[in-house]
Amino acid sequence: MQNLLNALQWGSFYSLIALGYCLVYGVLLLINFAHGDIFMVGAYIAFYVCMLFLGKFGFIPGMPGWLVLALAVPLTMLLTAVVGVTLERVAYRPLRRKGVNRLYVVITALMCGLILENGNLALLGASRKSFPTLLPTKVFDVFGVTVTNIKLMVIGVAIFSFLLLHFIVTRTKIGMAMRAISYDRFAVPLMGIPADTVIVFTFVLGSGFAGLAGLFFAMTYPVIDPYMGALIGWKAFIAAVVGGIGSIAGAFAGGFLLGFVEIMVVAFFPSTFRDLIAFSILLLILSIRPTGLFGVARRTKI
Amino acid sequence: MKRSWLIALLLVLGMAAPARAADTIKLGFNIPLTGDIPDVGESSKNAAEMLKKKINDAGGIEVGGKKYLVEFIYEDNESKAESALSAARKLITQDGVLGMVGPQSSKQAVPAGEAANDLKTPMMAPWSTNPNTTKNRPYVFRGCFLDTFQGPTAAKFANEEFKAKKAAVLYDIASDYPKGLAEDFKAAFEKINGPGSVVAFETFTTKDVDFSAQLTNIAKSGADVLFVPQYYNEVPLIVKQAKSLGFNKPVLGSDSWGSGDLMGLCGDDCKGYFFVTHYAAAGAKGKTKEFIDEYTKLYKKTPDDVAALTWDGANLMLDAVKTLPALTGDMPKDREALMKAMAGIKKFEGITGDMSYPPTGDHDPIKCAVVVKIDDAGKFAFYKSVCP
Repeated sequence: MQNLLNALQWGSFYSLIALGYCLVYGVLLLINFAHGDIFMVGAYIAFYVCMLFLGKFGFIPGMPGWLVLALAVPLTMLLTAVVGVTLERVAYRPLRRKGVNRLYVVITALMCGLILENGNLALLGASRKSFPTLLPTKVFDVFGVTVTNIKLMVIGVAIFSFLLLHFIVTRTKIGMAMRAISYDRFAVPLMGIPADTVIVFTFVLGSGFAGLAGLFFAMTYPVIDPYMGALIGWKAFIAAVVGGIGSIAGAFAGGFLLGFVEIMVVAFFPSTFRDLIAFSILLLILSIRPTGLFGVARRTKI
Repeated sequence: MKRSWLIALLLVLGMAAPARAADTIKLGFNIPLTGDIPDVGESSKNAAEMLKKKINDAGGIEVGGKKYLVEFIYEDNESKAESALSAARKLITQDGVLGMVGPQSSKQAVPAGEAANDLKTPMMAPWSTNPNTTKNRPYVFRGCFLDTFQGPTAAKFANEEFKAKKAAVLYDIASDYPKGLAEDFKAAFEKINGPGSVVAFETFTTKDVDFSAQLTNIAKSGADVLFVPQYYNEVPLIVKQAKSLGFNKPVLGSDSWGSGDLMGLCGDDCKGYFFVTHYAAAGAKGKTKEFIDEYTKLYKKTPDDVAALTWDGANLMLDAVKTLPALTGDMPKDREALMKAMAGIKKFEGITGDMSYPPTGDHDPIKCAVVVKIDDAGKFAFYKSVCP
């Protein structure tokens, strides 16, 4: 029971990051391998935003933790979105304009991820940063299960993000445009839909939620370093593939599935079995349903 | 065109190499300046730079009636086993160092030790506590006590201090140092309290940040104490998650806690816990205090145990150099002579305690361990000394 809750929390992070992968893939059919590192940048942005509002830099007087959090959420999402959009502008759009093969764009994405990682390393150094405590951790004991306020908040945020994204993609005009681009990229501009605006919006959404994940990840695991995004990014990508890449519900479910399998394996087996068993199960799911749990077959895949 | 470049290069090298070898004594430092534990590399380099300045300001060291300046070469091993190996090879074969100090953690020191021994170059591992580092390697020396000593010390302390009858262990199974230490602790604790008294023996893998499943098992197991032989980057995460899962028993650590910015990352959550280590900065006297004061003045922070042990390790090596009759300039010969001189040191008075090497067997020093308590001000205060 306790482990179920642990799995929900851990899975929330995979889900939040997988959502970003899935949005960009859904629209551009581009696997944005830099996404894990955008998540890392999000955590760093959150760190500096929080330090600023806590009055550590001296520009503004310190504020109470809950207010800092309330301000940090939109600001972190916004600033991380700026990073994501910058990447799109500088790296992906010129390539797209030239109409190069998608493989090159994927490789560019990989490079962008490395640039973010090493740029961060060079700028801020290799030392880890300690994320400040915004809310004092409260431990509740419910029927022998220990719950903390932060754990509940993380799970809540993941579910809320999913519902919000689902709403945007299926119920709004811009969501419809996103789906249209995904369906036929060349016909869409002919219909008078500004394709670039829609793509930028996609990056804003994807990166914004990566920033949100970074903020809550740093609150839960308050030691941040430049390489924190790489591994979790890869795993979230796998979660997105298993869920059916391109499907929002799939990414969400895939993230929780991976988190659940990882925690349960560790709870009952030696931890060295974790990745072995976890990925074997995922491989099994993929071999039965190659398009993922919620995926629909497409004619071309990367 | 190409050939003329090559000739020029050879000429430069040919002229430079003997000239340098005659005037300076070169030591190589194989340390993690980047990677998982950059603070360890920084401390090592700080201590080494301070030592170099002290020696060279005094005119260098005298060997066989001739004064030599010391030259330290720092090679980054990125806190990786493979990089430590290539750094060792580079220092020994390309830079032509007389001896090598480092790597610091066992994960890198075990493979690098093999390279140093194969290439017949004295190596001093100041901070590596895994027995395999020096095992059957005459050229490899250690500057601190062994895991096999640290594990039982922690077990004994847990039993005496906390009256613990049941213990839990959480460690990184993919890293040599925590794994060896965890197994030694388990063996020693079960020897005192009977088989099965280590009620939870949980593992994780390097770079993990979520330990909730393991800590849930530990909290359920009813252990009186939790032993965490991990590095400063993992300890804060483990301690904070343990508390949020309702585990309020004492946590006991190993010497790896003392390095790096543990308190900066951990804050109030680590206060009141104990760990076994090599030296305690608070409450030091004599030579140790001099070192601490000078280091603090220079780098604006208290030296951690890595800094102190690196200082001792490099100093011991240079002390041995002083006893040589002369430096011939013939590297294999000088290196062998240095190895013999280091092994023959009777009593080296270091700032982390007196050291000597046993006449036979591996080059593991005979010295005492210290148990440190993290006090309410976040300082590492001396608590108890435990000797072999």
